[in-house]
Amino acid sequence: MATPIGQPRVRLPAQAKAGEIIEIRTLISHVMETGQRRDQEGKTIPRDIIKRFVAKFDGQEVFAMDLATAISANPYITFPFKAEKPGTFEFTWTNDAGEERKATAELKVA
Amino acid sequence: ITVLPRAAGAQMQPATAEAIRKATGGKEPQDGRVALRLPPIAENGNTVPLTVSVDSPMTAADHVKTVWIFADKNPTPDVAVFHLTPALGRAQADTRMRLGQTQDVIAVAQMSDGAFYMARTEVKVTIGGCGG
Repeated sequence: MATPIGQPRVRLPAQAKAGEIIEIRTLISHVMETGQRRDQEGKTIPRDIIKRFVAKFDGQEVFAMDLATAISANPYITFPFKAEKPGTFEFTWTNDAGEERKATAELKVA
Repeated sequence: ITVLPRAAGAQMQPATAEAIRKATGGKEPQDGRVALRLPPIAENGNTVPLTVSVDSPMTAADHVKTVWIFADKNPTPDVAVFHLTPALGRAQADTRMRLGQTQDVIAVAQMSDGAFYMARTEVKVTIGGCGG
């Protein structure tokens, strides 16, 4: 059974200047079990990872990442974004079982 | 100081070479334009910070579409695939990765014109991070 996807955390500047390239930092709690470890009885612990991250801005996909088992526990993902106009980010993390966790953030542009 | 990139043609594991061939559809990536930033020595292979950036104007006409990250000597070479768009303004991404042992990390970027570029850098790992 898949581990529930933990709490997402997203950080971006409170306000950006038009044309400024900002940095969006994201972190989500998850064990990222590789499927290569064994438990105390020697049984393989099944693979259980966040396998995809998607960032949309006003409904348009702007950045995505496919994650493999080599991504550390509690995946940290940072990417730039050119702030042109105010809008809403929607971030989605998806695990091996197809379960999703979403977060949103407002971009304010002066 | 200048750190010379390790040549694209340098030795790598067959699984890594195959993963790169799959990514590029058999096209040979050129050296240049891609920069990989990782610590030269990672005391803990469980969480190694990685920054990849690509020299690109990131316009609709000329941008980076995809960046693959591979770890040459992990149990499987795949680490991440980043899908970029001109909306980012700059071609860059950061994450944290696991490295099972001392090895090369490789980044391959596909440009909007279909060209592929590659960088590789060695990380010395003190305690491996792939569990046992």
